[in-house]
Amino acid sequence: MRRRAALPGFGLALGVTWLWLGLIVLVPLSALVLRPWELGLAGVWASVTEPRVLAALRLSFGAALVAALVDLPLGLLVAWVVVRYRFPGRRVLDAAIDLPFALPTAVAGLALTALYAPNGWLGAPLAAMGVTVAFTPVGVAVALAFVGLPFVVRMVEPVLRDLGPEAEEAAAVLGATRWQAWRRVVLPALGPALVSGVALAFARAVGEYGSVIFIAGNRPMESEIAPLLIVARLEQYDYAGAAALGLAMLLLSFACLLVFAAMQRRLRRGMA
Amino acid sequence: MSASAPGRPGVARPRRPTEDPAWLRWALCLLAVVLLGMFLLLPLVAVFAEALRRGVGPAVAALGDPDALAAVRLTLLVAAIAVPVNLVGGVAAAWAIAKFDFPGKRVLTVLIELPFSVSPVISGLVYVLVFGAQGWLGPWLEERGVQVVFALPGLVLATIFVTFPFVARTLIPLMQDQGRTEEEAAATLGANGWQMFRHVTLPNIRWALLSGVLLCNARAMGEFGAVSVVSGHVRGETNTMPLHVEILYNEYQFVAAFAVAGLLALLALVTLAAKAVLERAE
Repeated sequence: MRRRAALPGFGLALGVTWLWLGLIVLVPLSALVLRPWELGLAGVWASVTEPRVLAALRLSFGAALVAALVDLPLGLLVAWVVVRYRFPGRRVLDAAIDLPFALPTAVAGLALTALYAPNGWLGAPLAAMGVTVAFTPVGVAVALAFVGLPFVVRMVEPVLRDLGPEAEEAAAVLGATRWQAWRRVVLPALGPALVSGVALAFARAVGEYGSVIFIAGNRPMESEIAPLLIVARLEQYDYAGAAALGLAMLLLSFACLLVFAAMQRRLRRGMA
Repeated sequence: MSASAPGRPGVARPRRPTEDPAWLRWALCLLAVVLLGMFLLLPLVAVFAEALRRGVGPAVAALGDPDALAAVRLTLLVAAIAVPVNLVGGVAAAWAIAKFDFPGKRVLTVLIELPFSVSPVISGLVYVLVFGAQGWLGPWLEERGVQVVFALPGLVLATIFVTFPFVARTLIPLMQDQGRTEEEAAATLGANGWQMFRHVTLPNIRWALLSGVLLCNARAMGEFGAVSVVSGHVRGETNTMPLHVEILYNEYQFVAAFAVAGLLALLALVTLAAKAVLERAE
């Protein structure tokens, strides 16, 4: 007797799943893959290598990388504190980590702009120190770091919890100082989780729109992100051009994710 | 973890080798609280402070504005259609993937997660490419008087796309862990498919299901990029709440913009609180 026969509903469930996936995701995404070529190969290349497009791609991918790298130490600190220490307010801190997940992006964008504008609560003291955040590429990176932070914390947290103090105990017994144990035992064990957290934060940041456009200032060649250019092209009914840029963004971010995956494999192998 | 709990005051005891010195513990905790407070909580406080800048009256008046009310109604309507669709699809996908082995299972799992790695703007763009005035189906549908893009169907489709994986991804790992022995026992005892699902599977997954629906709903009501592309930004007609916030902000009606944004922020807070409660219930 086949094992599968024991439970009913397989055909129905799989059928519903493929229908749902096909109609909502696969057919529309195939339009993104097929429509740019209305411009011809040369046309597609010209449309994604315009100086303004290149500047926007550089900003979207560059700021996303900077933001993800800022989230790395911050996320590690928060995960460490939440897992290892007990202190008043820990529960609130733990719940607050997910705020960027739950807060609508447009609300985050508005709030960050108000906060970091030259007359804002944080913008004013920063301006006094000569740092302009709002309406510059720095502001873009701040918004992207905001939306990406929970990814790093939530990837590291479970690994740190599972790790427990035993490995550190062994290191201490063998004569390692606290810092050596942390540097040589804890950090390598967290490596793969840190890389996936950074990769997720990066992937989210590259395509981010709502939380960025308010604080970015959106000046062409300077603080204009790639998703905004897609919107601009759609507004001019340049469907093929918008699709070309969308496809280029998607391929570029998949390429970046492959690099992150390779890094993760190397870290894993180093551990074994 | 008792190993790292701060010691009782006045009682000297040797520090365990895996325990950090007290000054370091408190310094790190303080640093984390201050940084997260400035980086995550201050923006939230700023929303409410800006909304109430001129007192409660103007903020409440902004929420009572007919266009704002229309935006609230549209947001609720879109979520009321998008969330059930993803609930049914997500449960079906989790049932197939977690309880059965079949060729293409891994591909299916990856494809279900796909919408999370696509920019919201691209999520809206793909529907314009299919249903827009120059889209594959746009002209054909227009001849028959059906408008998808710049109308309710487009908003709903884009919202379903961006919230697609939430329910499935919360259910799949849980249902995989639970295995299928309980369902097989129910089947052996003569339960039909629906009875088995209703009395065995559903009680096992209810908290995770609720949590997935909650996150799906929060994103559906708060989505900006994808719906911005397929809405036509017609005030009172195709503006959801986040889009209404943007219009008010661009018209320099800051108190009104932050008042509507504050309402959305409250939704986020309720979602986070409910999620924390559900996690403890599990």
